[in-house]
Amino acid sequence: MKKETYTISVYSENNLGLLNRISTIFLKRHLNIESLTVSNTEIENVSRFIIVVNITEDQMKKIIGQIEKQIEVIKAYYHTNDESIYIQAALFKIKSKLLFEERQIQNIIKNSSAQIVTVSPEFFVIEKSGRKEEIESLYNELLPFGIMQFVRSGRISVTKEEMKISEILKKQLN
Amino acid sequence: METITKTKRKVNQERTVKISGAEAVVKSLIAEGVDLIYGYPGGAIMPVYDELYKYQKELHHVLTRHEQGAIHAAQGYARVSGKVGVAIATSGPGATNLVTGIADAQIDSTPIVCITGQVGSNLLGSDAFQETDIISISTPVTKWNCQITKASEIPEILAKAFYIAKSGRPGPVLIDITKDAQFGELDFHYKKCNEIRSYSPVPPLDISKIAAAAEIINKAKKPFVVFGQGVTLGNAETEFKQFIEKAEIPSASTLLGLSALPTRHNLNVGMVGMHGHYAPNVLTNECDVLIAVGMRFDDRVTGNLETYAKQAKIIHFDIDPAEIDKNVKTDVAVLGDVKDTLAEIIPLLNESKHENWLKQFKDLYEIEHKEVIKDQLNSNHEKMSMAEVIEALNVETKGEAIIVSDVGQHQMIASRYTNFNKPKSKITSGGLGTMGFALPASIGAKMGAPDREVVAIIGDGGFQMNIQELGTILQTKVPVKIIVLNNEFLGMVRQWQELFFDRRYASTVMTNPDFVKIAEGYGIEGNRVSKRENLNKAIAEMIASKESYFLEVLVENEGNVFPMIPTGATVSDVRLK
Repeated sequence: MKKETYTISVYSENNLGLLNRISTIFLKRHLNIESLTVSNTEIENVSRFIIVVNITEDQMKKIIGQIEKQIEVIKAYYHTNDESIYIQAALFKIKSKLLFEERQIQNIIKNSSAQIVTVSPEFFVIEKSGRKEEIESLYNELLPFGIMQFVRSGRISVTKEEMKISEILKKQLN
Repeated sequence: METITKTKRKVNQERTVKISGAEAVVKSLIAEGVDLIYGYPGGAIMPVYDELYKYQKELHHVLTRHEQGAIHAAQGYARVSGKVGVAIATSGPGATNLVTGIADAQIDSTPIVCITGQVGSNLLGSDAFQETDIISISTPVTKWNCQITKASEIPEILAKAFYIAKSGRPGPVLIDITKDAQFGELDFHYKKCNEIRSYSPVPPLDISKIAAAAEIINKAKKPFVVFGQGVTLGNAETEFKQFIEKAEIPSASTLLGLSALPTRHNLNVGMVGMHGHYAPNVLTNECDVLIAVGMRFDDRVTGNLETYAKQAKIIHFDIDPAEIDKNVKTDVAVLGDVKDTLAEIIPLLNESKHENWLKQFKDLYEIEHKEVIKDQLNSNHEKMSMAEVIEALNVETKGEAIIVSDVGQHQMIASRYTNFNKPKSKITSGGLGTMGFALPASIGAKMGAPDREVVAIIGDGGFQMNIQELGTILQTKVPVKIIVLNNEFLGMVRQWQELFFDRRYASTVMTNPDFVKIAEGYGIEGNRVSKRENLNKAIAEMIASKESYFLEVLVENEGNVFPMIPTGATVSDVRLK
């Protein structure tokens, strides 16, 4: 079976230890997590894990079953890239003098629609949000000039389909 | 006026009576109806033990000789009684010694609550004396776990623990309580938990799935049922019997399904799996509909999945959605408690007859009898076979006993040859295959079902893995009967070495102590049988004893368990020799 990139959305209680519980599901099956982000959601006291993996759909379905089995998990979904809207954020720290010495850098920043977050006499920081490929392309363009620091976040994503978490929560209590 | 004020003050005082966290633990257990727990004291759990001392009339504590013994005893207790088993231990090594039993309870779906002491919350993460991160260690092998650092959290978390352990597909829960939480004070109010908003233990019934399953079963010419522990856990033995009888479906058990249907029921065609019976294994690959009831298609049941029942439509009844399509793809999945789903499907089934199909099972049984069973029961070997011992036990117990078996050859023989009349009569470590399980589990089983005869059947290897629990028998005087089938080998591994490793018996030869003397040292009457002609009398004496009794039987050293499906082979390629 073909491997594909899936974005898993786990809606859960905000619980100490659940991150550990979810990550062991992958570890037990010797599967690598490409990125993981946890945040609060539009519903009070409900957290959302966004986990990106590259596995087969058969593996994906079994993993969802195991995640949903966890007591504090309200619901888990998986989506292909086509079914979700997703971005990642990246920060680049670069020597300030390059901004003035290498005119090209200004064009690169402008063309990539990156934002300058801060400028100091020693360094400046630019932020770029978008698909992984866009961030990589900016990285490759800036690399020859020297990058002092680079960091990229995990994927965040919302789905095209409606997520009926509030309804599920109501139903499970009745 | 003054009187009113006084009364008011009195009421207020009553409301604010504070108790310690440790007392709250004990009162919570009592509120859950627990009257028996197994454990071992130590530094970080001493406040709770002090309360156990005070409440010993309401809550009986059994001191085992090792924490592993405590949890296996709790497992045995839970599996015969259907109640939640409770094990308690201290932090560090006390907690880690529970882990094997927790993993065993997880894979065999046994409702267990473990309570562990933990170092004070101010010391967490400081590598304090006897500190281990038992929450992280137990996470992959618990249904749920939680650390309590405040006394006020104790009643609510324990209520949740019991609800989670026993609801839906049961499993083990571990609650780790820091020492300061045990010493801390709280207002004690206990409210049983019966819902958690993120947790739906039993999936809703889907009538359309039940109808679809009934339609397939009604059309089947060669239907075949494989049933597992789900029938027992759901207390669905009656519904299950009605279900198979109405549609006349030959039914085979998994290892943990044993005793959910009487062994001698005319539709019981034996056990499936690696050392199961010949007919159900062969005919798995000939049935046209395979109906799995409360089982999980373990690899020891299915053999090679690529060639498992490919010709058949698969219907899977289970309470756990994660089991559906996990190993075997289903045509119809019927989710829910089998007690409910079977009750719903029975009225939709036609009364059918499958005479020729049943005859196929009988014919294959005859082959197995001729090739394997006959010789096993009437061995001409100088030493007895394990099967002879089980058969002699059948005669004495008349199929009424609870058989607790350990892991290995004797486990398979006990599973294949024991006659079970009643449900919850076969307690064994199935999924995890934990040697050392049976001795402590039999203690728990006898305490959970004091009116039933409990016989532990153990190999000479497994007996020595938790042999210290003889001390628990000595102290509690629990009248369990212990049979050690001694072949002076780690028999199952030796069998594999014989068959697949060119008889290189690497580390499977056992030099054993005098087991009878050891039993006697623990105050347990003991006997050893080496001659066939003395077997029946020895077993009769053991069963007649009102106290605990130890019987060692010297059996054939290099006996093998057949039939056998070698690992990864096709079920229907089951070997008779």
